[in-house]
Amino acid sequence: MTDDNLPGPPSPSPSPSPSPDKDPAGEPARTETISSVGGNAPGESTDTDPSTGADQPAAGAGGAKAQPGGTAPGGGEAAPADRDGGGPLLLRLFVRNLWSANTVTVTVLAIVLASLIGAVLIIVSDPDVLATYGYITAKPTDALNSSWAVVSDAYANLFKGAVVDPAAVSGWINGTNGWQPVFAPISETLTYTTPLVFTGLAVSLAFRGGLFNIGAQGQATLGVILAALAGFLLPLPPVLHLIVAVLAGAIGGAVWGFVPGILKARTGAHEVITTIMLNYVAISFLAWIIVQGGVHDPARTDSISRPVDSSAQLPRLLGSDLRVHLGILLAVLVTWGVAWLLNRSTFGFELRAVGANPDAARTAGISVGRTYALVMVISGALSGLGGANMVLGTTATALTPLVVAQIGFDGILVALLGRVKPWGVALAALLFGALQAGGNRMQSYASISLELVTVLQALIVIFIAAPALVKAIFGLRAARAARLGTSMAKGW
Amino acid sequence: MSTMAVEDVAVVVRQGFWTRDRRVGVGAVLLGLLAAAFFGALATGADARFTLSEDAGGAALAINGTFGATLFGLVAAAAGAVLLTGRPARRWFVPLLGVAVVGIVLSFLCWQVSAAPDGQNFMPLVNILRGTFILALPLIFGALAGVLCERSGVVNVAIEGQLLMGAFFGALIGTLTASAWIGLVAAAFGGALISLLLAVFTIRYLVDQVVMGIVLNLLALGLTGFLYERLMQTDAAKYNQPPRFEAWPIPVLSDIPVLGPALFRGNIFLYLALILVLVIHVALFRTRWGLRTRAVGEHPTAADTLGVKVLALRYRNVLLGGMVAGIGGASYTLALYTFSKNMIGGKGFIALAALIFGRWSPTGALLAALFFGFADQLGTYLSAINSSIPSEFLAMLPYLATLLAVAGLVGKVRAPAADGKPYIKG
Repeated sequence: MTDDNLPGPPSPSPSPSPSPDKDPAGEPARTETISSVGGNAPGESTDTDPSTGADQPAAGAGGAKAQPGGTAPGGGEAAPADRDGGGPLLLRLFVRNLWSANTVTVTVLAIVLASLIGAVLIIVSDPDVLATYGYITAKPTDALNSSWAVVSDAYANLFKGAVVDPAAVSGWINGTNGWQPVFAPISETLTYTTPLVFTGLAVSLAFRGGLFNIGAQGQATLGVILAALAGFLLPLPPVLHLIVAVLAGAIGGAVWGFVPGILKARTGAHEVITTIMLNYVAISFLAWIIVQGGVHDPARTDSISRPVDSSAQLPRLLGSDLRVHLGILLAVLVTWGVAWLLNRSTFGFELRAVGANPDAARTAGISVGRTYALVMVISGALSGLGGANMVLGTTATALTPLVVAQIGFDGILVALLGRVKPWGVALAALLFGALQAGGNRMQSYASISLELVTVLQALIVIFIAAPALVKAIFGLRAARAARLGTSMAKGW
Repeated sequence: MSTMAVEDVAVVVRQGFWTRDRRVGVGAVLLGLLAAAFFGALATGADARFTLSEDAGGAALAINGTFGATLFGLVAAAAGAVLLTGRPARRWFVPLLGVAVVGIVLSFLCWQVSAAPDGQNFMPLVNILRGTFILALPLIFGALAGVLCERSGVVNVAIEGQLLMGAFFGALIGTLTASAWIGLVAAAFGGALISLLLAVFTIRYLVDQVVMGIVLNLLALGLTGFLYERLMQTDAAKYNQPPRFEAWPIPVLSDIPVLGPALFRGNIFLYLALILVLVIHVALFRTRWGLRTRAVGEHPTAADTLGVKVLALRYRNVLLGGMVAGIGGASYTLALYTFSKNMIGGKGFIALAALIFGRWSPTGALLAALFFGFADQLGTYLSAINSSIPSEFLAMLPYLATLLAVAGLVGKVRAPAADGKPYIKG
C-alpha cells in the first residue's frame, strides 16, 4: 500500500531513489496492508494491491530481485491480465492505478505541491532574486537562473541533510573521511523521527477510538518532566535506571491523558477543549518545576534543570559520533505493539467499534466510557514515551522550557499523514524526521530558515486532508482509497 | 451526528437533592471557609491599600489585612450557603456565584497585598484595570472571531493562526506603506486569508474543522516565522518598523476617576474591541443576519428549508471572523511591539477558552477575556511584589477555569448544535 516513495521525497521531484532505510521501512508496510483488512476502508486493499504489486518492477529500476517479487502478487491479483497476454496490460493497469487518487499517489503529489509552494516562498523572500524579476521581460534567463539556483541549493541541502551527502560518500571511498559522515544524515533523521513515532501513534490511536487528542503536547510535557525527574533524582543501577525513567515518562503521559478521558466519559466534556487547556497547564507546570530546588541546575542561572544521569540515558546505537539512539528501536517495537493492539486484540476491536459508532458499540455491550478513558490513558502513555525520548535520548539531557519542542503538534500532522494507521504513522514520522534533519542543514548551509520545514509539513497535511483538491489539480481518476481515517471528532 | 447523541447519554444526569445550585453552593462554602481560614491566617496585620491611581499616592481603599481576608472569605461562604439552601430562583444563580468568586479573589488579594514587603502594601487599581484590558485585547478579538465562526457552525481552532497572520501583515504592510491605517486593513486581510483556507477546506472539501484549524495554526506559525527570518530579521528597518496608533483620550470620559485612565485613554483597538462586542451582540440577537446565523449554527437543514443559503452564510461569517481576529493581531504590532516569531504565543487558545467559558456569546466572551486578562495582570503584579505564589500557577488559572466549566461543574456549557458539522445539501 504505502510504497517506497515515502522515505525519500525531500527533493522537488521525488524519484524513488534507493536509500539504506528503504527496505526495513518498506517491509512492514506490506504486512500492514494485510493486517488492516479489518480496518476502515474495505475498498482500500483491493484497490491498491495491484498497484503495489505492479509498482515493484518499475520502482526497482530493473533489479533482478524485485522482478519476481513484483510479478507474483501482481499475477495473482490481476488474473484477467494473464489471459490477455500479460505484460502490456499489466503495465497499463499499473499506469491506470498510478494516476488515480489512491493513497500513495495523493501522498506523493501532496509532497510535490508542498515543495512547489515552498519554492515560491523561497523565491519571493529573497530580495536579490526578486530584483531579477523586475526586468524579467528584458532578460528572463536571469530570473529563472537565480530562482533555480536558490531553490535547488535549498532542496539539495535538505536532501543531503536528511538522506545522504554525496560528498561524504566519495570522501569515504577516497579515504578522506570515515564511514560516520556517510550515515550522519540518516542518524539525524532517525533521531528526529523517534519522538514523532510515539506522538503520532498516540494521536492515531485516539482517532481510531473516535477521540481527537490534541493534548499529545501536554502529555509529552508531563512525560518529559517525570522521565527527567526519575533520571536525575533516583540513584539506580544502569539498566534498571533507564527502564524506570522511560516508564516514569509513560506514566506521566498516562496521567495527563486520563484526565480528559475520564472527563469525557463521566461528564461528556469535549476532549478537544480539555486537552488544549491541559497542554497549557502542563507548559506552566514545566516552567515552574524547572526552577524548584533539587531540580534546577545550581551551576546555572537560566531556566534549566540538572542533567539526567548517564545511567538513565538511551544508549547510542552507532558509536558516540552519531546521535541515533535506542529510542528508534523502541519506536519500531511500540509501532508493532500498537498495530497488534488495534487490529488483533479484543480491546482494539472495542476501540474501533466505539470510534466507528458509539451508539452501536454501546448496544453491543461495550462500555463506551471505559473505552474512552482507557484509550486516552494509552494515548497519553505513548505521548509520554515520546516526551521521555526527548530528554533521555540525544536531543537534550536536561529540562528546559522548550525541551518538548513541537512533538505533540507535529504528532497530529504525522498521524494524519500516516492515515491513522500504525505503520503508516511510522513512515510519516520518518518523512517528518527527514524534513527536520534536512531542514537543519538547509538552515546552516543555504541559510533558509528552518521554519520552511513547518510550512512544508503543514502544506503536505493540508493537501492530504483534502484529496479532492489534489485530485482536481492533477486530474486524477477517482479511487476510493485516499480518504482520511475513519472517525474524526465531530464538533464540540 | 451520531457522537452528539452519545454525549447526551454519557452525561450523568443528577436530579433530586444535589442540583447544580447545591453542588456549586457546597464548593463555594468550602472554598470560602478555606479562604477565610488560610488567607486570614497568612495575612499580616498591615493595611492592604487599594489605591485609585497608578502609584501609592492618592485616594485609597484600605482594610486591615487579616480582617479583610477573613471577611471576604466569609462573604463568599455566605453566598455559597444561600445557594446551598436551594431556595433562590434561577436568576440569582449567576449573581450569587459572582459574589462567591469575587469574595474569594478579594480575600486572596487582602492576604497578598498585606503580606507584601513594607512600602509595597498597595495595589494600584488603575494600573491593574488598564493592564487587564490591554492583556485582554487580543483575547476579545479572538473570542469574537470564534463567536462569528462557531455561531454559524464552523469550529474555529485557527484563532491563533489568524491573530498571528494579522499581526504579521499589520507589521509588514504597515511598515512598507508607513501607514497604520493601511496596516490595519492589511491585518484584517491577513486574518481573512487564514479564514479563507479554513472556509474552503472545511466547507468545500469537508475536511474536519478541528484538524484544519490545528494545521492552519502550524501553517501560520511556519509562514510568519519563515518570512520573519528571511525578511524582517535581515532588514528590520525596511520591513519591521510598524507605525503605531497613538492613544486617543476621549474628552470628558477620560477624566472619570479609575475608569477614565483605564478605559478612555486607550488606543483605537480598545475602543474597536468594545464597539465590536456591542455590535456583534446586537447583530447576533436582534437582526435578521443574526437569526440566520444562529439558525445555521443550530439546525442548518431547517434553515436551508426556509431558504437561508447555509454555505454562503458560513463562508461570509468565517471570513468576517478572520478579519476580526486579524485586527486583534494588529493590536500587538500596530500599537505595542514590533513583530517577532510566534508572538501570539498561545493567546489564540486562551481566546478559544474565553469563547467557550463565555458560552459562545459576545458579552460572555468579553467577560471571560477580561477575567483571563485579569489573571494575567495579577501574575505580573504579584511577581512585582515578590509574592509567594508562583506566577506559573496564576498562568494556569484561565485554563483550569475553562476545564471546570466544560466539565459541567459550573453549569452546563453547550455549543451550537451544528458546530463542527459540515453541511451537505441534499
